[in-house]
Amino acid sequence: MKSFDSARRDFLQLLGGTASAAWLTANWPALVSAAEHAHQAAKSDHPALEVFTAEQAREVEALAACIIPSDETAGAREAGVVYFIDRALKTFFSEAVPVYQKGLEDVQKTTAELFPGVPRFSAATEEQRLKIFSHIVQESERPESGARRLAPGASPDFFQTLRVHTIFGFLVDPEGGGNRDFVGWKAIGRDPSHSFAAPFGFYDKDYPGWQPVSGETEKK
Amino acid sequence: MSRPMVTYKPSDEVDFVIVGSGAAGGVLAKELSTNGFRVVVLEQGEYLREKDFTHDETKIFLQSLLTNKVNAHPITFRKSADETARKQQAVLYGSCVGGSSVHFTANYWRFHEIDFKEHSKVGDIPGANFADWPISYADLEPYYTKVEWEVGVSGLAGSSPFDPPRSKPYPMPPLPVKGNGVLFEQGCRKLGYHAYPAPMAILSKPRAGRAACMNCGFCLGFGCEVGAKSTSLSSVIPMAEKTGRCEIRPNCYVSRIETDKNGRAVGAVYFDAQRNTHLQKAKAVILAANGAETPRLLLLSASNQFPAGLANSSGYVGKNFMPNSSALAYGTFDEQLNDYKGPAVSRIMHDFYELDPKLGLYGGGGLDARFDFTPISFALNGLAPDTPKWGAGFKQALAHNFTRTLQIFCHGSSLPVESNSFSLDPDVKDAWGLPALRMTFRDHPNDLKMMEWMRARAMEILDAAGAKTKWSFPVQEQQFAVHLLGTCRMGNDPKKSVINADHRTHDVKNLFLCDGSSLVTSGRGQPTMTIQALAYRAADRITALAKRGEISA
Repeated sequence: MKSFDSARRDFLQLLGGTASAAWLTANWPALVSAAEHAHQAAKSDHPALEVFTAEQAREVEALAACIIPSDETAGAREAGVVYFIDRALKTFFSEAVPVYQKGLEDVQKTTAELFPGVPRFSAATEEQRLKIFSHIVQESERPESGARRLAPGASPDFFQTLRVHTIFGFLVDPEGGGNRDFVGWKAIGRDPSHSFAAPFGFYDKDYPGWQPVSGETEKK
Repeated sequence: MSRPMVTYKPSDEVDFVIVGSGAAGGVLAKELSTNGFRVVVLEQGEYLREKDFTHDETKIFLQSLLTNKVNAHPITFRKSADETARKQQAVLYGSCVGGSSVHFTANYWRFHEIDFKEHSKVGDIPGANFADWPISYADLEPYYTKVEWEVGVSGLAGSSPFDPPRSKPYPMPPLPVKGNGVLFEQGCRKLGYHAYPAPMAILSKPRAGRAACMNCGFCLGFGCEVGAKSTSLSSVIPMAEKTGRCEIRPNCYVSRIETDKNGRAVGAVYFDAQRNTHLQKAKAVILAANGAETPRLLLLSASNQFPAGLANSSGYVGKNFMPNSSALAYGTFDEQLNDYKGPAVSRIMHDFYELDPKLGLYGGGGLDARFDFTPISFALNGLAPDTPKWGAGFKQALAHNFTRTLQIFCHGSSLPVESNSFSLDPDVKDAWGLPALRMTFRDHPNDLKMMEWMRARAMEILDAAGAKTKWSFPVQEQQFAVHLLGTCRMGNDPKKSVINADHRTHDVKNLFLCDGSSLVTSGRGQPTMTIQALAYRAADRITALAKRGEISA
């Protein structure tokens, strides 16, 4: 089993505990819809939220920015990831709404426990956010959390769900939504051009042309 | 360019109805219609054109725009017959006009002479149902050449000292070398191996009204927007339609092959897009529905006359399934490869095609260097296991490694094991109420050991190529297949095979099978070239039979 298989296999396994290929196949038309919505919403000065309140969106955006932060290049925030997720919860991943609801509540609790007086995650300092987020990830990785054992589509784990959705929203082809203005692709060094000509990179630019090993041509 | 379109009514008895428009079905349609026969091709999927293709990876992979949709066509999997199979996407195949050729990577190796007679050379292998082919490499060579020149394959003849004999060079030079190819070649040379330009079913030069490759990098899993990938859709199907004798009929889900009281096939029963049923009448039926759906259709066609399924007096329909074995190794390099550009593969090596028997391993394989990630799949699965999963470290690793990562893909043989099979699930139904496809599979232990050996060699090549970091994962039992081989094998003995060397079923004289199911052995991992060569040869054999009046009643 080969060829197109490895990327496909990777892709089909890609959700690492949050969704199965069969589930994705069944729900993908809605995922496309979500992606297209993100594309439109990201272009808008006043994007429409359909599931999140403005306050929830602010928290999700801040959390997604922990997964793919903004630095000298764009992060989840600039790619419009939160709008991709909002639409996802409206459509193909509606059963995950409770995951986000509980996840956001837990984030609020963790924030209050670790940093009394900080009103919400998005209001915390950068250093505080990293500590809070590390705590959330550690909880996710505890074996007893069950996050990795449950059926993918039914994963209750907030971090795993958010991570996958954030990666989708950051790197999905802008044709489908997200990855606004190709900022995600640019951040990972992918030229957004549609076609290319050789040489492609460092190692092939001075390639002299194929030659037989030691001039050997005899049949093995 | 408008294409002449002929249409037939289901009640018109055409000469051939072909089920499936993929690698084999497309070639058969072209050849038989060119030879003067009236042909209807029934395709389960849609008739998408180049304009419908997209680089939106999520739409392609997750919406299954080009492939089987398991919500409507569920698949179940189990490792052995004593287990109850559970729903799982165990099989992925093309479901559109052009079939799996639309989304394939386009590696087009010929099988070697050994693949056709290996059983005679090495003898029986415990646990395997190993057999020789009833044809030889020499029988197939003219048809390999025809594939290269008519479908369109780029390559460099004579560049591998392990290649079998060939009657003509490739019609086009190889595609441009990539960073992965240069590094792989360097690593192989240091170790005394022979990397060479990969033969690829992608046009390196404009040809037959088709554009050359634009190096967009979206081959694997995607349809080619410019028709440079040599799919059935871009190559032979337009030729078939141009004859004015071939109708490609999409959105037709075939549910059974109908037979008469004399045990002859009379046509194919199918659901149209509105789920109305029709019988397309034909003088002969050819199944080219792939190595999973062809046996399933034969089993679905059971009747009082054929209680075990059509053409299944041997009991071999659906059995001896071979998916090929595989292993992967990954490396990163100091400088940018930018391997997301261009077709996935530019260099391969066949030094391990026939492993030394002293190793205690049967079979062998080929290795290639590639980068077949999309941006999303790379972020989820392309980084080393110890990479941070979030935050600045995650982003930095993505930004650094997306352009600097190389994979070595080890492709290998699978032994035929009789219990590895496709059958009808007794409990799960598809959206039309038909029994779902059930896959039963467990790798032969030799194949797992052989792939572990290959994986170790791949890691050595990465070292020799100067990889800065490298990693790999132990070979595991497979539960997902795209190469669907051996499930209605060809043979001279009707008790141990389903079709003869003419692709005619032993049991039903006007029923032919030609796709991955026809293969007797699995080759070393790239079967589509051989499936198409078989289809060209089958068309010649079927034409000769028809012209001698040996198909019609």
